[in-house]
Amino acid sequence: MANETRKVAFICSKGNLDMAYPALVMGWAALGNGIDVTIFFTFWGMDMINKARIDHLEIPPIANSSMKMNMMGIPGYIGIPQWMGWIPGMTWFASTLMKSKMKGLGVPTVREYMGMLVDAGAKLYACKMSVDMFKLKKEDFIDGVQDIVTAGDFMDMTEGAQIIFI
Amino acid sequence: MGTKVVGSKTVQVNDEGFMTNPGEWSKELAPELAKEEGIAELTPNHWKIIDFCRQTGLSSGKAPTLRQITTGTGISTKDMFALFPKGPAKKVAKISGLGKPEGCV
Repeated sequence: MANETRKVAFICSKGNLDMAYPALVMGWAALGNGIDVTIFFTFWGMDMINKARIDHLEIPPIANSSMKMNMMGIPGYIGIPQWMGWIPGMTWFASTLMKSKMKGLGVPTVREYMGMLVDAGAKLYACKMSVDMFKLKKEDFIDGVQDIVTAGDFMDMTEGAQIIFI
Repeated sequence: MGTKVVGSKTVQVNDEGFMTNPGEWSKELAPELAKEEGIAELTPNHWKIIDFCRQTGLSSGKAPTLRQITTGTGISTKDMFALFPKGPAKKVAKISGLGKPEGCV
């Protein structure tokens, strides 16, 4: 057994529903393997820790060239026409579809996952520049967000850690 | 694949040290296996989780994941990490004579 605990840090910069999950899944896997986890939320990624946004993450089908009809059970890789993407309700439809697939796999919601990560010892931080830009305060964030820190602080606290940018 | 001596018994294990034959496990092995995982003593709370994992593992053929354990036992994630620090689901699986948990949650 190694004497030094392995450390991993995730930088979450995206707020779409599909891009919220990678850090959650990998962070949980890391904690389950005895690895220390730090997550830095910046820019759109702050939607994942913002109380007002965490339950409302969406995935728009427009400009998402990887989203195909097979998400709706039509076999193969038939693309969804881009002109359909802007129709009111399409984003809601795609988001609801994705959420139901996650539920079917037993994957928790973003809010629940965050709670699990915090309980398991993950340290969450918000990016100061983004916080200033969006005029947010610590009170706007879910429990478990330790502090609002600068990029320099993040570099200090992740010395020796493997950093993954999402 | 190989064998390992636990206390006074020799058991079959895979490359990662997980027992490959759950039938070779007995309650007496648990404290020894726990010591290898850095847990000096097994309290009733530890045993509650070990029993749950054995039950689930034997009936489904797979060691439960951490979330399956917290949902099934009602024990919180925080408590799980307090009882089995750093990688609770893996540790309990080893201590309970089961294979590595499969699944990402």
